[in-house]
Amino acid sequence: MDGTYILYKFILASAILLISLLVAMYSTLLERKVAAFFQDRLGPNRAGIFGIFQPLADGLKLFFKEEFMPGDADKFLYILGPSLTMMIALLTSAVIPWGNSLVIGGAEYSLQVADVNVGVLYVFAILSIGVYGIMIGGWASNNKYALIGAVRAASQMISYELAMSMTIIAIVMMSGSLSLKDMVEQQHGMNWNVWYQPLGFLIFLVCAFAECNRSPFDLPECETELIGGYHTEYSSMKLGFYLFAEYINMFISSAMIATLFFGGYNFPFMDDLHLSHNVITIIGSLVFFVKIAFFVFFFMWVRWTLPRFRYDQLMRLGWKSLLPLAIVNMIITGLVIMIKHHL
Amino acid sequence: MIFSKYLFFILSFIAIYAALKVLISKKPMHSVLYLTLTFFAIGGHYILLNAQFLAVVHIIVYAGAIMVLFIYTVMLLNLNIQGEFPKSRLAKFASAIAGGILLFTLIAVFRSYDLKVLADPSLNQIGLVKNLGKILFQDYYLPFELSSILFLAAMVGAVMLGKKDIY
Repeated sequence: MDGTYILYKFILASAILLISLLVAMYSTLLERKVAAFFQDRLGPNRAGIFGIFQPLADGLKLFFKEEFMPGDADKFLYILGPSLTMMIALLTSAVIPWGNSLVIGGAEYSLQVADVNVGVLYVFAILSIGVYGIMIGGWASNNKYALIGAVRAASQMISYELAMSMTIIAIVMMSGSLSLKDMVEQQHGMNWNVWYQPLGFLIFLVCAFAECNRSPFDLPECETELIGGYHTEYSSMKLGFYLFAEYINMFISSAMIATLFFGGYNFPFMDDLHLSHNVITIIGSLVFFVKIAFFVFFFMWVRWTLPRFRYDQLMRLGWKSLLPLAIVNMIITGLVIMIKHHL
Repeated sequence: MIFSKYLFFILSFIAIYAALKVLISKKPMHSVLYLTLTFFAIGGHYILLNAQFLAVVHIIVYAGAIMVLFIYTVMLLNLNIQGEFPKSRLAKFASAIAGGILLFTLIAVFRSYDLKVLADPSLNQIGLVKNLGKILFQDYYLPFELSSILFLAAMVGAVMLGKKDIY
């Protein structure tokens, strides 16, 4: 616990924070470009070349909009809602291993902020408190559409959390560790979890869509029924925070999918390249970001392809299809592990 | 470490302040949120005692599941009007006596439990996942299984109560 160690962790945490914000910023542009591509349009192309300054322009626009607060709103909670959403969205990045370690001057520096020995459970915990921001904001707005949106968000998140946890338990059973770093280490090379847990991956993916409130499960903000859902009464940068937190969640979910099922920073033939440890680490981190980028794109791809579910369909899918499937997946995993153990 | 001592005082202050605010707050919604804050502070205490597993499970179960359902109920019942539940004098009297007896018992327990040596939490490895799992599944296997059956029974019971209208 010396000075350089603390300084290094501080720099790493700040860098990851900045990268998360930057990626989320440019995901908004990518989203609009992808939407335009799917609808045979050009998309934003006025601000800078290919519209690369569009996110900055959007941010500025949101800052300069009128700040509005409903008369009967609970003022403190009304401001707390978006702040909490943003904070919780950024918390998970602390335990994700963004790369292997760098060796500089004999000392090893891990590219993970905190290798907690309950890493996966920490992610669960953040996931389960993620709903607070939306619920508080929706309730404090004192608007019936916002309230319905908040209620929907809460029940949707609680329902899909269960199936998601069950799939992760199957992976924990396989790896025998709760640390995300250990899980990634075990998927060395091409030994990815997705080959062993294809059903688990599918369930996790669907649940990730529901947890991020992304289309086709974006019922909490379903504009055809609820105007804007939980953020109906929000304007200016507070609305911006809610929208922005969704993109951060998308980025973090993609990172989690890549970590748990697609080997994190591992890539095929990484031992055959005979490069130095640091070079492999840097390539690994880049590969990790490519994997994340693919899943971010996948989130958008689905959004502009599939129509929105109805609320009862959403609940039926969560409780009657995904949860039993996840339990079956867990039991099969347990059986296979037991048979392997006794052979 | 001196740093964790300060953390202990900060967390304790937050926990006690939030617990008092649960009682004082006029709006039920604020009470529920302060209760959540109390749970987070207690989770912090678990981490200081080197029990990360317990801390995280505490957050998942209390803050993530139970309190969300509490907020849900408060949101839907709209309990904003003050004094909606006037309690009878008997109820107030009974609860004061019950609370007093609990306080009395707690004081008695802490008096009889004299802590001579301050244990170093970093040496105590019981809260880590591996050790906790081994103890639960070796020494306390039967109680552990029995309590899970109890939970299952409670869940089935809740579903049955919820479905009562159908029959």
